Amino acid sequence: MNAPAVQSRADEVLAPATGPRGDALAERLLVIDPATGRLSDRRIADLPELLREGDLLVLNDAATLPASLMATGPMGEPMELRLAHARDDGAWDVALFGDGDWRTRTEHRPAPPVVGVGEALLLGDDLRALVEAVSAVSPRLVTVRFSHSGDAFWRRLYQLGRPVQYAHLHGALALWDVQTPVASRPWAMEMPSAGRPLSWALLERVKSRGVALATVTHAAGLSSIGDEALDAGLPWPERSEVPQATVDAVGRCRARGGRVVAVGTSVVRALEGRAERSTGDGLLEAGGAVTGLVIGEGFRPRVVDGVLSGMHEPGSSHFALLTAFADAALLHASLRFASSRGYLQHEFGDSALVLGVSHGLAPRISA
Amino acid sequence: MNIEGLRIVITGAGAGLGRALALALGRRGARVALVARTAGALEAVAAEVAAAGGEGHAIPGDVGDKEAIHRIAAQAMAALGGVDVLVHNASTLGQVPLRSLADTECEALERALAVNVLGPFRLTRALLGPMRLGGDALVLMVSSDAAVEPYPTWGAYGASKAALDHLARIWSAELDGHGVRVVTVDPGEMDTAMHADAMPDADRASLASPGEVAERFVEIIRHAGSIPRGQRVAAQGFSAGVGS
Repeated sequence: MNAPAVQSRADEVLAPATGPRGDALAERLLVIDPATGRLSDRRIADLPELLREGDLLVLNDAATLPASLMATGPMGEPMELRLAHARDDGAWDVALFGDGDWRTRTEHRPAPPVVGVGEALLLGDDLRALVEAVSAVSPRLVTVRFSHSGDAFWRRLYQLGRPVQYAHLHGALALWDVQTPVASRPWAMEMPSAGRPLSWALLERVKSRGVALATVTHAAGLSSIGDEALDAGLPWPERSEVPQATVDAVGRCRARGGRVVAVGTSVVRALEGRAERSTGDGLLEAGGAVTGLVIGEGFRPRVVDGVLSGMHEPGSSHFALLTAFADAALLHASLRFASSRGYLQHEFGDSALVLGVSHGLAPRISA
Repeated sequence: MNIEGLRIVITGAGAGLGRALALALGRRGARVALVARTAGALEAVAAEVAAAGGEGHAIPGDVGDKEAIHRIAAQAMAALGGVDVLVHNASTLGQVPLRSLADTECEALERALAVNVLGPFRLTRALLGPMRLGGDALVLMVSSDAAVEPYPTWGAYGASKAALDHLARIWSAELDGHGVRVVTVDPGEMDTAMHADAMPDADRASLASPGEVAERFVEIIRHAGSIPRGQRVAAQGFSAGVGS
């Protein structure tokens, strides 16, 4: 990935997990208690005992798309297109990269050819992407309409696409490497990786503790483009759907004093983005929408009490999101702690659980 | 289960029982994702399903190919948004003409296991998230009496179907109470291309048509809730209430 805008101190840098690992239950889990500042070094297998009866675990059930596609530009220039966002009208926002692939760090990739509105990119034999708009922020972000829709589009996408991946990995990922056990509708541009180590057996143990499970579908977007102007704007608006069953489960959890634990920053964005839009008396309303909510320091979560997430570098939008749940100094300390104990980062890396023994850090704005 | 609006994935849907089942379900307003190797045949079936009043989605892919499984699952989820019924109907004899195990190529057994056992295992796993989270899904394994009886020359096929039956029993035991019911169905002898490959001299008039058997499958789907878990059902003898 890219050097974050805020440089990490050397002792906060974790080594990358360079590919899928064997036994997910043995992966590390750093438990961060925001109220006391206590850090504990645990394993993913310990998750059930870190939760308690009445808590609610919310997972992102988005399956991961093969969002990286090789294309040729209007003059036959080789390039890569990465799906970034599916618009309501069937068009896609896509990020363009020059020749090459994931093996080259994104910031070292050559610039893609500049394409204009009305020009078309060709993918495979017959899939065309007609450029409908070019972002004012960077010519590398464009809105395209594909020549095929429905089943014909999906067939071509799954023939041509590969999972988006970055240079810290040692080998090419297969589609199955980037699916979580609960993967359902293919919405995510990159794996909602916090759910990756949660096997069905582990989820059953969580349930047997009296912890409820619920899902949202959130189209987790690209985590890095390698273009300063674009990366500064991450995360981009993302498609999100919160089902009624999850709204009900949150209500029951709150009513009995349980904690809502989001599995992944995408779930935080989905739930808080939805809560922000709710107009009725309730905290949350079911439904789908695009959320542009950016969560950072000072944000007061209305729904989510804790987050299970990966290990995130200072300067990344994921790190910023966690500062809504634990103060930045504690998160920096947690990275030093994790680094000293050999934790790994990125999508196949270790996890952190930011969860207090009591509700929240600050007075909650809630019903 | 009421068939109208059900989201159903059928493998081997390009011909024979798979096609007949897709049409029978389509007539009743189901939304069907059709999987088979040959795109042309599938698109024709998808059009027939639509003409019959259902919704048909053609998803070309070989369930015997590991690389194809997640592509198939994702395209089905993109088309249907969820899965209520998954029918593992795709099947291969391994090698035709049928021959004794002494003369069976290892590759023929490997191919039979890939299509008839690994394919259903992998596709069930790939779609387990939406089925288990949905809380009311049905998985039908299309088996054969060759899974039970040691018919000479049916070794590759029979061994693979026996493995499929046992896989289904274990799936069923493990998924009990987790929102996914697994039922194995023996369709009986049918007048299909596969039957002709296996037994070219059979009297076709004595064989059930795929359409008749498909109607029995529709009844099994309708009444799946009353079939005890792990049960092996004979399609041609099935009527509601029988089998418990």
